[in-house]
Amino acid sequence: MNWGSWDAFWAMGGYGLYVWGSYAMVAAVLAVEVWMLRSRQRAAASEVVRQAARSQATEGARSKA
Amino acid sequence: MTTSTAAPRYNLYWFASPQTFYPLAGKLVPWFAGLAVVLTLIGLFWAAIGLAFNTRLSSMMATAIAPTGALMTFLALWTGALWGRPTWGAYWVWDARLTSELILLFLYLGFIALQAAIDDRRRADKAGAVLAIIGVINVPIIYFSVKWWNTLHQGASVSVKGSSMATTMLWGMLIMALAFWMYAIAATLYRVRTIILERERRADWVRELAAREAIK
Repeated sequence: MNWGSWDAFWAMGGYGLYVWGSYAMVAAVLAVEVWMLRSRQRAAASEVVRQAARSQATEGARSKA
Repeated sequence: MTTSTAAPRYNLYWFASPQTFYPLAGKLVPWFAGLAVVLTLIGLFWAAIGLAFNTRLSSMMATAIAPTGALMTFLALWTGALWGRPTWGAYWVWDARLTSELILLFLYLGFIALQAAIDDRRRADKAGAVLAIIGVINVPIIYFSVKWWNTLHQGASVSVKGSSMATTMLWGMLIMALAFWMYAIAATLYRVRTIILERERRADWVRELAAREAIK
């Protein structure tokens, strides 16, 4: 079976809601998880960098004193 | 093999038709379910190792797998509902397979909530490990639910001996199952890196990474 038009493609032979509903939820869930993974990793990495900078500053001040 | 249409095997357009795709989408559902179950087993494995040997990384692995497992379980339930409506006439029935899968989702959420509720990391790890070990009892129940209870859900379509699916559908399903496996592994490894950074941020090796700007 081929589709004569875009409408026919989206309709999926009357099963459009079920087919596209599945695709949409999978895409949404994966997109949200990837976004959450990235933002959490960035937050953790910047926290490490900030702490390293802070401890270097304290060590520098201590060695001068 | 039940190939109902007489289309040539190498015609890609045949694979793109709703008529063939529709059951294929339905057949994807058990793979999400299977993925969720196997992720549980892996999570349990790390939890048990962490509990027995007190190794930090194994608890981190268990923590890292849980959210992806919960999402995959949710997708299994969601796509299963959308498949069940036109096939069975209902989005949801209190069938043995569906109900045990729903319990799996609650176990994942319980695991995540329990770990989040305990401030002391090592205590949280231990509590989570115990819950995972108890929760694993659900895995064989899900697997055998279609055999033990004669409710609505059909038996397994694919086994080691063979499959009751059309060849194109079987290939589509295997490829998609592999794809989701790779995604789940990637997401888990990414998350465990973050957890390592969060927990070991005072360790020397992490500071050296930061000094070399190699954290990413």
